[in-house]
Amino acid sequence: MKKTMIALAVATLSASVTMVAQTTQINGAGATFPYPIYSKWFSEYNKLHPNVQINYQSIGSGGGIQQVSKETVFFGASDAIMNEEQLKAAPGKLLHFPTVLGAVVPVYNIPNLKTELKFSGPLLADIYLGKITKWNDPAISKLNPGVTLPATDITVTHRAEGSGTTFIWVDFLSKVSPEFKTTVGVNASVSWPTGVGGRGNEGVSGLVTQTPGSIGYVELIYALQNKIAYGSVLNAAGEYITASVQAVTAAASSAAANMPADFRVSITNAPGKGAYPISSFTWLLLYEDPKDKAQSKAMVDFVKWALSDGQRYCADLGYAPLPDNVVKLEMAALAKVKVS
Amino acid sequence: MGQRGKQGSSGSADLGFRIGTGVFALFLIGIVCAIGFLLTRDAWLSIQKFGLGFWGSQVWNPVSGEFGALPFIWGTLYSSVLALLIATPISIGIAVFIAEMSPAVLRQPLVFLTELLAAIPSIVYGLWGIFVLVPAVRSIETSLPDVARRLPLFSGPPLGLGMLAAALVLAIMVIPFTSSIAREVLKSVPAAQREGAYALGATRLEAIRAALFYARTGIIGGVMLGFGRALGETMAVTMVIGNNPRISASLFAPQHTMAAVIANEFTEAADQLYLSALVEIGLVLFTITLIVNSLSRLLIWSMTRSSRVSVAGSVETAEPLAAETAAG
Amino acid sequence: MSAGAGWRRLLSSLFVGFCACAVLLALLPLALILFFVVSQGIRALNVDFFTHMPLPVGESGGGMANAIVGTLMLVGLAGLMAVPIGVISGVYMAEYAGTRFASTVRFAADTLNGVPSIVIGVFAYAVAVLPFRQFSTLAGGFALGVMMIPIIARTTEELLLLVPGSLREGALALGATRARAVFSVVLPAALPGIVTGVMLALARIAGETAPLLFTSFNNRFFSTRLTQPIASLTVQVYTYAISPYQDWHRQAWAGALVLVMMVLFCSLAARLATRRIERMHARG
Repeated sequence: MKKTMIALAVATLSASVTMVAQTTQINGAGATFPYPIYSKWFSEYNKLHPNVQINYQSIGSGGGIQQVSKETVFFGASDAIMNEEQLKAAPGKLLHFPTVLGAVVPVYNIPNLKTELKFSGPLLADIYLGKITKWNDPAISKLNPGVTLPATDITVTHRAEGSGTTFIWVDFLSKVSPEFKTTVGVNASVSWPTGVGGRGNEGVSGLVTQTPGSIGYVELIYALQNKIAYGSVLNAAGEYITASVQAVTAAASSAAANMPADFRVSITNAPGKGAYPISSFTWLLLYEDPKDKAQSKAMVDFVKWALSDGQRYCADLGYAPLPDNVVKLEMAALAKVKVS
Repeated sequence: MGQRGKQGSSGSADLGFRIGTGVFALFLIGIVCAIGFLLTRDAWLSIQKFGLGFWGSQVWNPVSGEFGALPFIWGTLYSSVLALLIATPISIGIAVFIAEMSPAVLRQPLVFLTELLAAIPSIVYGLWGIFVLVPAVRSIETSLPDVARRLPLFSGPPLGLGMLAAALVLAIMVIPFTSSIAREVLKSVPAAQREGAYALGATRLEAIRAALFYARTGIIGGVMLGFGRALGETMAVTMVIGNNPRISASLFAPQHTMAAVIANEFTEAADQLYLSALVEIGLVLFTITLIVNSLSRLLIWSMTRSSRVSVAGSVETAEPLAAETAAG
Repeated sequence: MSAGAGWRRLLSSLFVGFCACAVLLALLPLALILFFVVSQGIRALNVDFFTHMPLPVGESGGGMANAIVGTLMLVGLAGLMAVPIGVISGVYMAEYAGTRFASTVRFAADTLNGVPSIVIGVFAYAVAVLPFRQFSTLAGGFALGVMMIPIIARTTEELLLLVPGSLREGALALGATRARAVFSVVLPAALPGIVTGVMLALARIAGETAPLLFTSFNNRFFSTRLTQPIASLTVQVYTYAISPYQDWHRQAWAGALVLVMMVLFCSLAARLATRRIERMHARG
């Protein structure tokens, strides 16, 4: 009995070892914001290159930063820019590579409401500060004349874990509401004055779909795929913009012209006509000098594909492709990553 | 004969046996110590920074680096105590029914069914919780008359997610543990107790009450075992409690527990202090469950110790074992 | 006097009624859970579920083949680790039952039994993931194994203590060493019960989620590699359950059904085995 067990264990081990030689498995973790397009990309890329399996788990941008810093995954993904402290804490130099542009939209669940609601930054800030508690509050009605709003309580939903989507959201709200900036601040993980926590964009979408009277913030594709109502937001130019691929591209245009070398830039509340105010890049986090060079080569090849061929999957999923000059800068920057 | 020679050689072989098996047993002790040590080591940063204030502070703010465990301790205790309040009468009722009143043919199936409750994985409880229990609780909450809503116990928007849903799920999960211990403990009450009561003209209730009184230490132990189980439950709770670190008396309010916050925030605590604070919560959880479980086993053991001898030799004692092991 | 007796009898009947109600109250959620798991899960259970991998977000279909294999591997690894350690620790506790060391071991086993699974996850992350910079099947198996050890240890101990002393004494009287007596005589006598206990323990940890969150992580692809992350039924059900996609919810119920069926099967098998052991003991 014992002998057969040992034999079995040895057999499984040797079978596993032989399999290693054939496929390259790369593990990554991070943002849920780009998860729909990343999962599409990794699946398509695996069809083109069956021996490269990129296993991505969407655990939130905070998780992506933390696990890549601990080197338990090969790459991270985040919509929150790593700050100096986090960069210093990593054992090697981490580089940011933007992959797509996306929008964070205010979703809400008001039964029987057919019109799209208008929101302004300060209004959203007050709701999330807990200062506005009912849907028929005059502040909301002022922006939405002629719309009958129910007297139900607003159930605020937010992320339960460290999230880049949160980062984008609070980054925008802090820019338009000084009170929000001092009370809550800007980080992937904040102390929320009010509300219920959901896990991932998926969790918040789930909460809003299931809770009448709720409001939340999710990446555009989650609202589209789950047919959740989302509102338009007042931008810096004074227009109410509904999130769309064009509006996000418009938001990126001014930043794209002055892209910093490390690609760490925020484009919330961007100036310019037609710009959607809650837009953001999302980044892949790669080590400049990783230990596993084979994985590094496979990863760099993938990123090159994603920045070129991969961009055509963006529009269907509600993401905006990167501006051409940004792609050019990135291809050049990819040369810094050591592949041998 | 070679007896003496054999004894001599078997003496060292016996020593080898003792050491050989003892090493494995030592490993068990080693794991427990390792858990305690690692938790303390990784929590040390937070322990040093916040000291005892950690346990009293309500603030959980990763941005400013201020951490306090009070909302989680509150949520854990509130949900577990509430679960106990619901589960204990039901558990004792089941135990009494199976041990004292049930027709013999129903006994095995009933025991099997209660054990099945214990065997269902907590993720399945969570799944059922999200899609069945929470909407049901939400409709209960919305149908509550406004006059009741003004009480702090029922205040807040009817989300469905919150303390009530968590307490209900925990209660269901705890019932099989408490009831199987109570059942075994009742079985070990000497027949003389009940017979004496009946001889004095007691009704069924009064005889059972006498047995329950005799078995009270063991039953309390069983209740505490259920309590320990509720304290540590993670998945089912985090899926229905709302994950909001806020102290509230309301059954409707989304709150948080120690186990749930670790599950949600551990993989992405982005700086050492944050991680350390989470591990410190784990350490607190470890310590509390250690104390509660030890106490419960002490109570159960003191109750059944005298009677265990009388039921030895019957495979039926595998049942309390199965219950205890499943309770872990 | 008779009025008092009538009142007492009434109370007694009410009490019987209360106890019967308690049974119904406990069985009601069980029935509800099983009903929903079966009715929702059956709808989603098809051949694809057992043979296909998860599809990208938004595409319907796909399955949990990798998760099912993953759970089997993790449980297998846990068993490989826990059975030897647990059984031999149990042997020690039973053989040297009166000593202080055995009491300490028993206390440690009971303590470990009661440690919340999330704490085990944190422990396993610190021991099996961080030092190796890798989420892996081995780390997940380790976490589950740590949970299994005390269950098996205590089961073994209790069952060994149940074996009639005459068996051991007889073996020793015939000149066997202690090791021989235990491993050739006493342990085989208790073996059916131990195997039952092991099966129950395997079924129990197959349903654990929390310890796997930080150890085996999850894997979109089919993988049997020990040093890579691996999918598992429980983590996959969790991921799907908290998502907003209908198709994923459907699959989550199916996954839950598979889990419940596994557990049901093991519990029934254990019950039948216990019944057979009882009959054996009654005869002999």
